[in-house]
Amino acid sequence: MIPELGQLALILALILSGLQCVLPIVGAWRESKPLMATARSLVVGQFVFVAMAFAILTYAFLVQDFSVAYVAQNSNLELPWWYRFSAVWGAHEGSLLLWVLILDVWTLAVAAFGGKLPEKFYARVLGVLGFVAFGFLLFSLTTSNPFARLIPAPMDGVDLNPVLQDPGLIMHPPVLYMGYVGFSVAFAFAIAALLGGELHSSWVRWSRPWTNVAWGFLSAGIVAGSWWAYSELGWGGWWFWDPVENASFMPWLVGAALVHAQAVTDKRGGLRAWTLLLAIFAFSLSLLGTFLVRSGVLTSVHSFAADPKRGVFILGFLAVVVGGSLLLYALRARFVAGGKPFALASRETLILIGNLMLTVAAATVLLGTLYPLVGEAFNLGRISVGAPYFGFLFMLLMTPLVLALPFAPLSRWGKADTGIWKRALTRIVGLAVLAGIVALVLGARGFMPLLGVTASTYVIAGTAFYAIKRWKEAPAGRRYPLEMAGMLFAHVGVGVFIAGAILTRSLSVEQDVALSPGETAHVAAYDFQFKGVGETQGPNWLAQQGTVEVSKDGSPVVTLHPQKRTYPRGQVQTEASIHPGVFRDLYVSLGDPLGNGAWAVRVYDKPFVRWIWAGGLLMMVGGFCAAADKRFRLRREAGQPAPEATPALPALPAEQNA
Amino acid sequence: MNARLIPFAVFVLIVALFGFGIVWNNYHDPRYVPSPLIGKAAPAFDLPRLEDPAQHVRKADLLGKPYLINVFASWCFACGQEHPVLMAYSKKFGVPLIGYDYKDQAADAKAWLDEHGNPYHEVLADVSGATAIDFGVYGAPETFLVDGQGVIRYKHIGPLTPDVIARELDPAIKAVQGAAR
Repeated sequence: MIPELGQLALILALILSGLQCVLPIVGAWRESKPLMATARSLVVGQFVFVAMAFAILTYAFLVQDFSVAYVAQNSNLELPWWYRFSAVWGAHEGSLLLWVLILDVWTLAVAAFGGKLPEKFYARVLGVLGFVAFGFLLFSLTTSNPFARLIPAPMDGVDLNPVLQDPGLIMHPPVLYMGYVGFSVAFAFAIAALLGGELHSSWVRWSRPWTNVAWGFLSAGIVAGSWWAYSELGWGGWWFWDPVENASFMPWLVGAALVHAQAVTDKRGGLRAWTLLLAIFAFSLSLLGTFLVRSGVLTSVHSFAADPKRGVFILGFLAVVVGGSLLLYALRARFVAGGKPFALASRETLILIGNLMLTVAAATVLLGTLYPLVGEAFNLGRISVGAPYFGFLFMLLMTPLVLALPFAPLSRWGKADTGIWKRALTRIVGLAVLAGIVALVLGARGFMPLLGVTASTYVIAGTAFYAIKRWKEAPAGRRYPLEMAGMLFAHVGVGVFIAGAILTRSLSVEQDVALSPGETAHVAAYDFQFKGVGETQGPNWLAQQGTVEVSKDGSPVVTLHPQKRTYPRGQVQTEASIHPGVFRDLYVSLGDPLGNGAWAVRVYDKPFVRWIWAGGLLMMVGGFCAAADKRFRLRREAGQPAPEATPALPALPAEQNA
Repeated sequence: MNARLIPFAVFVLIVALFGFGIVWNNYHDPRYVPSPLIGKAAPAFDLPRLEDPAQHVRKADLLGKPYLINVFASWCFACGQEHPVLMAYSKKFGVPLIGYDYKDQAADAKAWLDEHGNPYHEVLADVSGATAIDFGVYGAPETFLVDGQGVIRYKHIGPLTPDVIARELDPAIKAVQGAAR
C-alpha cells in the first residue's frame, strides 16, 4: 500500500510540474499576474510530493520491502542499514528520483531567494525549471518506475552492487547531482532571458553564485569519484577517461568557462550572448551525461543492461530541451547580445582565451567520447579512444590557459596595461625556474617531474603575486572580498592540481610482485614485508586480509591490511590498503593466491597523489567562497537599471543591439 | 546565414548520431543475431596459452569431449559483470570452461585474472584477434559450446547470467552430453 502512495505522489508531482511549466510562462506572455503568481505554490507543491516519494522509497529500503522490485534488486537482508540509505540511489530508478529531488531543492531555493527579481523574469525562470522537472518525472514514471511491484515478493533481495558499498560512494552521487542539476539555474536564467528578449547585467550577477555553487559541488563530486576509483578499483589510478567520468568532466569544463564568462557579463556587460550559450551548454552537457550513462548508446557492445526505451526517451527529451534552447538562442540572442568592445590586453581578453580553451577541451572530450559511435556510423569498425588521445590533447589545450592564468587577475578590465605584465612575468618565471632548480638539486630527474614543479610554481606564484599586490594597494578590510578570495583559492587549487597530476604520473613506482609470507618487496625507498593472509569478517562480507609491514631503513612505518572481500552473491571486491601522506601514498592491494600461502600483491608508491584531490577541493572552496560574496545578493527591485560602481549595461533596445 | 544557428546545427548532427546509435543497437542487438556457425564445425585454431605462450593449443587437442569457450578481455566492461557468474558456475557446468582472451595484452589479462579470480580451465590468448574472426566474434563477452566432434552447438553473445545459464546453456550442455553417451 505504501509504495503505491509513493507512485501516486510521483504522479501528482508530474501534474504539478507540468502546471509549473505552463502557467507561469503563459502568465508572463499574457502579462497575467494571477497566472504568474501560481509559480511559487506549484514549486512548493511539486517539491513536497517528490520529497514524499523519495521518503517512501527510502522507507521501503529501511523496512526491506522486497515486494518493490527496485528494493529487491538492490538490497538484501544482510545489507547494513547505512547502505540501505545509499541503496536508494544505487541504481537507475532511484538515482533518477534523487535527480528530480535535487532539482526541486534548487528550484525551491530560487523561488525562495528570487522574489525580488522582476515578476515576468521570475515566472519564466521557474517555468523553465518546471519543464525540466516534468521531463524527468515523465521519464521516471513511464520507463523507470521505482515503485514497480514484484509479486510474489522474494524472501530476500539480490544485493547492492558491492562496488557501491563504500562510504565514499554514499555521498558521491548526491554531491555530483548537486553540481549537474545546479547548472539548471543558470540555464533557466538564460532561457528566461531569451524568451523575454532582454537581459539585465544584474540578473546575470544574481545567477553567478548559483553557478559557482553548482560548479563547486561538481568539483567535489568529481574529486569523490576519483578518490573512490583510486581506493576501490585496486589499480591505483585516479582518472581513466571513461565515458562516465567524461560525462561529469564536460559540464565541469564548460561550467568553469561559464563562471568566468558570467563575471565578464556582470562586471563589463560584455560576452552576453556567449554567457547565455555557455549556460545552455553546461546544462546540456549535464543532460548529455545522463543520456550517455543511461542509454547504453555508447557502450553498445559492452553494455547489455540498458533499456532501449529509456535511450529513446532521453534522446527525445534532450532533443527538445537542448535543440529548443539552441534554436531559441539562434533566433533571439540578437536581442540580448552586445557589450563594450575589448581592449587587446585587457582582463576580458584573457578570460576569453581561457573560455575558448575550456570549451574546446570540453568539445575534444565530447569528440573522444562519441568517437566509437562515429566509427560505427561510418562503418569504420569498432574504435575506442583511449587515455593517450585525451591526455595529449588536454595538456596541449590547457597549456595556453595555464600560461595566461596568473595574468588575468593582474590585467585591468577594459584597458591594456602591459607594464604590470612585464614586472609580474620576470618574478613569476624566476620563481618557477628557481623551484625547478631546487627540485633538480633534491633529486628530481626527467622532463615531466621538472615540468610539474615549474608549472605548478608558476601558477601558485602568479596567484600569490596578485594577492600581494592587492594587499599593498587596497585599503585594509577591503583587500579580499569573498569573490576575490574565491578566485585566489580556485587558482591556487589549479596549481596544486597540476603538481599532483604531473608528479603522480611521472614519479609513481608500481610493482606487481609475488610474495610468500616473510618475503619482502623493495619499492621506492620502502621495504614491504608480506606477513601472510588471514580471514576476517564484516557485516555482510568475508574477506581475505593480508598483512604487510612497511619499513624504511629498518624503522617501521606502518602496517597495511589490504583485503579481498567476498559478498553474499559471490561478487569479489578488492579493498586496497593505503597509507596516506602529504608527499606520498603507500598503496598495497591484494591480487590472487598463488599457492603455498604466496599471493600476487600490488605495491605502489604514489608521490603527491593527494595533491590532485586537494587541488580539486581548493577549487570547490573557491566556488563556494565566491558565491558567498554579499555583492551577489539581490538588493533592490531589479528591472530598474541600477546605478552601480561597476558599469552594468541596462537592457538595450533591440535596435541598438542587433 | 545566421552564425548563431551553428550550435543548433551541430547539435542536430549529434542527435542524428545518437538516434542512429539507438536504432543500430536495436537492430544489431547481438543477442538476437543467430550465429551461422551453430551446427557447423568450429573453425580450426592454434593459439598460445596465456600462461605459457610457448605452448600452443589446437582444436584437435580438444576433440573428444565437449567444452565451453568464453571470449573475454581485461578491457571489456561487461566481462567484469559476467565474471562473478563464471566464478560461481564454472565448476558446475560439467564441461571444461576455456577462456579466450581477446585482443588483450597478456600482462593485462593476467593481472585482471589475478584481480578477479580465474574461473577457467585453461586460457588461450588471441592477441591480434585474427582467429576470433573465424569464430565470428562480435565483441566480448561471448560464449560458445563445442561438442566432442568439434561442432558448435550453442552460442551466447553478451554476459552469461544465472538466468541464461538455467534457460539456455545448461539444457544445451545436457543435450550435448546426452548425445555423446
